[in-house]
Amino acid sequence: MHVPNNISKEEKLISIKGLYKSFGTNHVLRGVDLEVYRRENVVVLGRSGTGKSVLIKIIAGLLKPDAGEVFVLGNDVQHLNAKELRELRLKLGFSFQSSALYDSMTVRENLEFPLVQNYRHLKRSQINEAVEQVLEGVGLSQTINQMPAELSGGQRKRIGIARTLILKPEIMLYDEPTAGLDPITSIDINNLINEVQQRYHTTSIIITHDLTCAKTTGDRVAMLLDGKFLRQGSFEEVFASDDERIKGFYDYNFIEQ
Amino acid sequence: MNGKENLEYKPGKLAAFFISIYEAFAFVMRFFKEVFRPPFHFREFIRQCYNVGYKSLALISITGFITGLVFTKQSRPSLSDFGATSWLPSLVSIAIIRALAPLVTALICAGKVGSSIGAELGSMKVTEQIDAMEVSAIDPYRYLVVTRVMATTFMLPLLMFYTGFVGMMGSFLDVHANEQTSFTSFFENALSSINFLDYWTSIVKALIYGFTIGIVGSYKGFNASNGTTGVGHAANSAVVTSMFLIFIEEIIIVQISNFIRMP
Repeated sequence: MHVPNNISKEEKLISIKGLYKSFGTNHVLRGVDLEVYRRENVVVLGRSGTGKSVLIKIIAGLLKPDAGEVFVLGNDVQHLNAKELRELRLKLGFSFQSSALYDSMTVRENLEFPLVQNYRHLKRSQINEAVEQVLEGVGLSQTINQMPAELSGGQRKRIGIARTLILKPEIMLYDEPTAGLDPITSIDINNLINEVQQRYHTTSIIITHDLTCAKTTGDRVAMLLDGKFLRQGSFEEVFASDDERIKGFYDYNFIEQ
Repeated sequence: MNGKENLEYKPGKLAAFFISIYEAFAFVMRFFKEVFRPPFHFREFIRQCYNVGYKSLALISITGFITGLVFTKQSRPSLSDFGATSWLPSLVSIAIIRALAPLVTALICAGKVGSSIGAELGSMKVTEQIDAMEVSAIDPYRYLVVTRVMATTFMLPLLMFYTGFVGMMGSFLDVHANEQTSFTSFFENALSSINFLDYWTSIVKALIYGFTIGIVGSYKGFNASNGTTGVGHAANSAVVTSMFLIFIEEIIIVQISNFIRMP
């Protein structure tokens, strides 16, 4: 169950103003504004194809916006050079929808890869310790020598999250963390997101269309529709709306579940 | 319609073609910029050398051997008409060292290694593994592209010499069976007609072909899209484009080397 966080409204870790992004004639984001405070879990809800993943990919500097400002930890993401962007990314964790584990590497190699490549001075014993610690944190110590193809969907998600945690990020970006998982595994992942927040004191943006995930993990929910945030607030506040589109989204999820 | 949306620019077909040429050019140029900058991923480079070299060895051995053998068999009747079968070792060595060894090695590697690089990077691209590398503050170009291109460029000359040797062995087998020529006599005869320029031209050819195979495979893989279909397309396109470029490069290098050879 989600424990409300001790959020400091003074400290904005992510600030987005007037964000636009199109792919050809598909205008995905049409003036998105968002502010995320330290230790806050913000859930971005919306139907598939509404640009939720595009939003966090812009935050991580993987996509360039057509217009608008994106500040992460005080850095203007669009105007960072390669070195500055690399330094910023060391403070960001990105959990991909597909987990994006490196197929040719074992779980151990997947986890130590970001560490070895970014901190070349580390000793083997320090790397091993970090890998074992983070793997224990997601409850999958026994999979250390397995290949990604041998893991279940839920295990892959957990390892994907562990791989980002090994760099001890300040901000976590979760892209559809429960997509394609059964309800029980989804609950485990939701709990893991909350555990990560408590243990590592991270600030998170969670992209999902799963209402259980939104309710369980979010301090604040932002509903993305037609390229803009239609409503923001607590889960209850957002779904207390009379807007037919929000009601429709809630009903659809309810029927689907 | 919002004012921002009107800024959208849609290039025409011709403009899109030139944009893609520019992107490919920028991709190639980036290699020369990144290759000298640390960190160097030496372990990955060695792993790629193993993939390029060792895994192509069986195919290259068979193809090289058969090329030498068949070329000798096909040339014998023509030389025999003039009573010049003793020229076979020279003829075969010139053909193999100057043209066949670099070309056969390059075409086999374009098929085996180029497609493998295209498919591997393509699959990493569509499953977001390249993005994952990027958000982990690792430069995927340096880790994936530079190491692979370096490996193909480094390994092709070595493989070419191996193909040349195996091809000459195939030729020797046929010559020995028909003319009872000794091993020493065959190779003395064969190598006497090869000069310094022939070796250097072949090494330069192999270096350029190796670079072409690596960079084309990487470019196609890095730009793969549309899921598994895109991966197949990247692998296929890597082979076709590499082979096409190798033939174009062959023509240019032969012209240049002939120009240098002229008295």
